[in-house]
Amino acid sequence: MIVSIASGKGGTGKTTVAASLARVWERPLVAVDLDVEAPNLHLFLCPQIEETGPAWIETPIVDESKCTFCSACSDLCQFKAISMMGSLVLTFPEMCHGCGGCIAICPQKALSPGRRQLGEISRGHAGGVQFLMGRLRIGEAMSPPLMRQVKTAMNEIAGAGGLDAVIDSPPGVSCPAVNAVMDSDVIVLVTEPTPFGFHDFRLAWEAFAPFGKPMGVVINRAGIGDRQVYSFCAEKEIPVLAEAPYDRAVAEGYSQGRIIADLSPKYRHIFVSLYAKIFELASARLDKGASHA
Amino acid sequence: MREILVISGKGGTGKTSLTGAFAHLASNKIVCDLDVDAPDLHLLLHPHPTHTQAFFSGHVAQIEEKLCTGCGLCASLCRYGAVGFKADSFSIDPLRCEGCKVCVQFCPAGAIHFPEKHCGEHYISSTRFGPMVHARLFPGEANSGRLVTTLKQQARELAKSRGLGLILSDGSPGIGCPVISSLSGANLAVVVTEPTPSGRHDLERVTSLCFHFQIAVAVIINKFDLNPQAAESIEAFCGARGYPVIARLPHDPVVTRAMVEGLVVTELPETDFSKEVGKTWTKIEEIAASLRKQ
Repeated sequence: MIVSIASGKGGTGKTTVAASLARVWERPLVAVDLDVEAPNLHLFLCPQIEETGPAWIETPIVDESKCTFCSACSDLCQFKAISMMGSLVLTFPEMCHGCGGCIAICPQKALSPGRRQLGEISRGHAGGVQFLMGRLRIGEAMSPPLMRQVKTAMNEIAGAGGLDAVIDSPPGVSCPAVNAVMDSDVIVLVTEPTPFGFHDFRLAWEAFAPFGKPMGVVINRAGIGDRQVYSFCAEKEIPVLAEAPYDRAVAEGYSQGRIIADLSPKYRHIFVSLYAKIFELASARLDKGASHA
Repeated sequence: MREILVISGKGGTGKTSLTGAFAHLASNKIVCDLDVDAPDLHLLLHPHPTHTQAFFSGHVAQIEEKLCTGCGLCASLCRYGAVGFKADSFSIDPLRCEGCKVCVQFCPAGAIHFPEKHCGEHYISSTRFGPMVHARLFPGEANSGRLVTTLKQQARELAKSRGLGLILSDGSPGIGCPVISSLSGANLAVVVTEPTPSGRHDLERVTSLCFHFQIAVAVIINKFDLNPQAAESIEAFCGARGYPVIARLPHDPVVTRAMVEGLVVTELPETDFSKEVGKTWTKIEEIAASLRKQ
């Protein structure tokens, strides 16, 4: 089972929830950091990294001796990554999305695959939990292609060992966030009961609901703010899987790099119960699917 | 004209609450919400749109079933796994489609259409703090960087025509496409961090990005009292890199209280916190002015 922890608004506690779930997860697990722009899960799980390797995207290299300046490549390119100026071919590798179209269309075979580094992918383990993380190179704009490669690695690890996966997703509701949750079996949205938290939670719910995946919510810092998120969840029948009260001791523990499930038996219990509810949510959906069949 | 951008790397450090207060304190400015993915500043500023424009960007491939011969070439060429085969026919998942046009180009039956994508809306609005430029990207859409660029162009034109000397922008979390677009042309990046491992880690990443694009940086340590020791270590890091730390703000529930009321913190009766925010804005103006002289 693949569970993605997502949020809409940043800073609501995705990494806290992902790290705490990794602590209490009973079945074999790989914890995956797909927030490649600002990966933080490793700061809490403190994994031993066994392997770090570069991740690349294919970009074209021009052999000017073969080019006839027909402009088939630049006409096709949708990302302004290759252009013709008279008898000059200019490539802009940073703009390239790696679709391979220019290389495929060139009638002279003047283009060949080169590459640009997107970032790095690291593997390791934290205790009995496997760990996987993508890390975007500073200055690189495109996170989705790196995320796709991390997901491929995740599927290899999870598939080979029959592991579950918990994904720490990037904030927001646009392409990177959607990329993180689209292939998971269950989506857990972490929010806080404030106007910002609720607004972005609602955007995330609207973005992810069309996938038809089981989705539940964790309300973090309960007790601050207002009640909008509660009435919305009641109205839309979104299950509240867990509530963690606002507690300054938790904020201080987090600031010291501690995992909240480790702070006290009370907090551990919140995540043990969340773990059980995630499985209930997934199997309730399976039953429902079966009854429809 | 000066352009000041508030960013953080890590989300939830207090960017938007502080930008809202700065929008209250700054004069002669236009406010811009560049977090087009999950914008929140409008919840404090309550803008009234005076101009609304559709945002079209990129294209999406669509297979016309009755023209498709089922050869599968599109599926073999697509690098994004966007072409699926279900119930005896090929179709394209719009969420996975990158809009590269390769399938459209090579389809031997000419069965793939390539319409432009309507990705969101952008607005020029009036607020109690002056004009505001903001947007809404439809959920799941891409091209947030292009929308950010569109908003900035609009803000610059508006500032010029109305004789406003400052564009104050709220940025998005992360260090990728929308943040890179937000930084382009900025005079000063105000980075809001917190004394937590994530806050520190992402501060390092986002300031490295600013260095990469040669944008001046000033740092605010928010919620510094959660971990004074970590706050000191962030100050040491900033000192070593030459980034001025312009404020240490405490973790104060007044911020959430203001948010619940739909106000910015400096509009509530004066507190120690709001006084500190006032001083912080004065420092930002001083730094921005000194940058202009250089």
